Amino acid sequence: MSEPGDNLRRLTGLYSTMARIRAFEETALEAHKAGEIPGPLHVSIGQEAVAAGICVNLRIDDRITSNHRGHGHAIAKGADPKRMMAELYGRANGYCRGKGGSMHIADFSVGMLGANGVVAGGIPIAVGAAQGLKMQGSDAIATCMFGDGAINRGPFLEGLNWAVLYKLPVLFVCEDNGVAAFTRSESVTAGPGVVDRARALGVKAITVDGNNVMSVDDAAQSAVAAVRRGDGPHLLHVRTYRITGHTSTDAAAWRPAEEVQEARSRDPIARLGAVLCERGVPATDLGKMLDEAKAEMTAARKDANAAAWPEASVAYEDVQDTGAVAWSK
Amino acid sequence: MVEVTLIEASRRAALQEMRRDERVWVLGEDVARGGLWGQYKDFLGEFGEQRVVSTPISESTIMGAGLGSALVGMRPIIEMRIFDFVMCAMDELVNQIAKIRYMFGGQAKPAVVVRMPHGMWRNSAAQHSQMLEAWFAHLPGVVVVTPSTAEDTAGLLVQAIRSDDPVLFFDPKDLFGVPGQIADPIEPIPFGVARQVVEGNAATVVSWSAAMPVATKGVAMLASDKIEVDLFDLRTIWPWDQAAVIASVKKTGRLLVVHEAVEVAGFGAEIIATVVDKLGPSNIKAVKRLAAPRIPIPFAPPLEAEVRVTPEKVVTAVKALIAM
Repeated sequence: MSEPGDNLRRLTGLYSTMARIRAFEETALEAHKAGEIPGPLHVSIGQEAVAAGICVNLRIDDRITSNHRGHGHAIAKGADPKRMMAELYGRANGYCRGKGGSMHIADFSVGMLGANGVVAGGIPIAVGAAQGLKMQGSDAIATCMFGDGAINRGPFLEGLNWAVLYKLPVLFVCEDNGVAAFTRSESVTAGPGVVDRARALGVKAITVDGNNVMSVDDAAQSAVAAVRRGDGPHLLHVRTYRITGHTSTDAAAWRPAEEVQEARSRDPIARLGAVLCERGVPATDLGKMLDEAKAEMTAARKDANAAAWPEASVAYEDVQDTGAVAWSK
Repeated sequence: MVEVTLIEASRRAALQEMRRDERVWVLGEDVARGGLWGQYKDFLGEFGEQRVVSTPISESTIMGAGLGSALVGMRPIIEMRIFDFVMCAMDELVNQIAKIRYMFGGQAKPAVVVRMPHGMWRNSAAQHSQMLEAWFAHLPGVVVVTPSTAEDTAGLLVQAIRSDDPVLFFDPKDLFGVPGQIADPIEPIPFGVARQVVEGNAATVVSWSAAMPVATKGVAMLASDKIEVDLFDLRTIWPWDQAAVIASVKKTGRLLVVHEAVEVAGFGAEIIATVVDKLGPSNIKAVKRLAAPRIPIPFAPPLEAEVRVTPEKVVTAVKALIAM
């Protein structure tokens, strides 16, 4: 059993992680509006408890696959926001040398096997990573972050079936923000949903309040331990809410204002803040964490905006070893 | 040297590489039972069920799980059973495997081999007979291998398994029973090196995969008419041996490309365009393609015969080239 002090430290850490994710994405949104960041930008404001609560339970050698709304997953897994921001800006010092952008951030050095521009695209990859790890005799696990829209794609059925068949060390996390792009998921999803679908295949699955980071942390702690000890795949259905639109340019104005307001009242950062205050953490300490997060990301923005673009020759690198460049220019 | 069929040559190549490197594993439908074509016969007993994995009919996940394993350091042989089924795994192949190295800035090299037995075979009709290798030559990030002999299949499969690039390996179904001589151990054959089969000055003939023996027969018939040509088996269409083909056309001035796939937007068009571009039109007397009409592969033997290239058509095409 952990001591109360350890628990408080863990919660404070979660608060800091969520604050950093929020600050990263708010800063990126501002930069996008200012015309500094090109391309589409999918932010996860309001969903930070999912990334933080899951990834705090993962080791650096555990792998994750993410999706198009993956900044939080990367930060929580230990990626460097400076290199992430540089990638959003398309600069040479970005994680992908400016070739991926927001939708393709990866940091293999911390087990982050990549965001993905295709819904459900990360599911087969995570399953295969788990299979590889099992073959290698490792006790590392793979975690797969996907949205509620993904459960209507074929790879969801295939991947869960597969993970059960080979009893793979994979944790599926359905980060359910209730909306697939511009459409309410419930209006396009038959049956009772992801948990029932998973259980029908023999995957142990539960639903968790994804706006309460302590609930996510508790559920993930149990699930990760079970997956790591060889119990086979587990699924967490983590219910949350996407405060902002599908992309940076989408206001999602079709949603009733009261609905968004209600969701804001369940903001995961404010909720954990209230808990920490109750447990005696001074409000000034929390404010300091928020300020530090904002300062970190503002500095990342400033650095990224000043960073060099990749040389044109970089466009021809990292294609393939054989037959890459000679005849393609 | 030992004489074996083409499919047995491929079996021995994969066997050799799985013995050599324990990161190599094979996944696909029925592979633990030896595979649809017997190309993994007895693998299960030697390598066990973790490295020889019979899978559900889940092409997306066969492809994607192979990729995922490569991202943690494994070297999968992804067996598609029949080429046409890769259409069910196009996201994993085109959007993921082909692009992961690039869009992640070189952080990962997905060392996967995707085996896709292709082409017409025993009247299998439109969904079990296609040759769409040109699609994949169009796709940056992959190597496209199209052998026609047991020797080349063995050497190129060894090269493919050792390659850090994703390799799309088009096994030629119709030639699986054709015998050839393979060495032990099987040495890798580099990608992008054509094999010259016959030498001559009258024209250059280029082919690959199942059209290759057809072209070879046609060229032999021409030789009995005292028409001698350079005949090349490209063996891989990406990369392809531009230098060898261009040097030959520089000598002969005439180029015929023979492939089993549809002529329209086929890889023959790319070869001819490249050669004309590099040599200049004034150095070329005539070019021609011999390939399939733009129709799906029909079932009935007389209809299927409409699609096939034949040695007689090769003879006619070369004679027409020479007359131009």
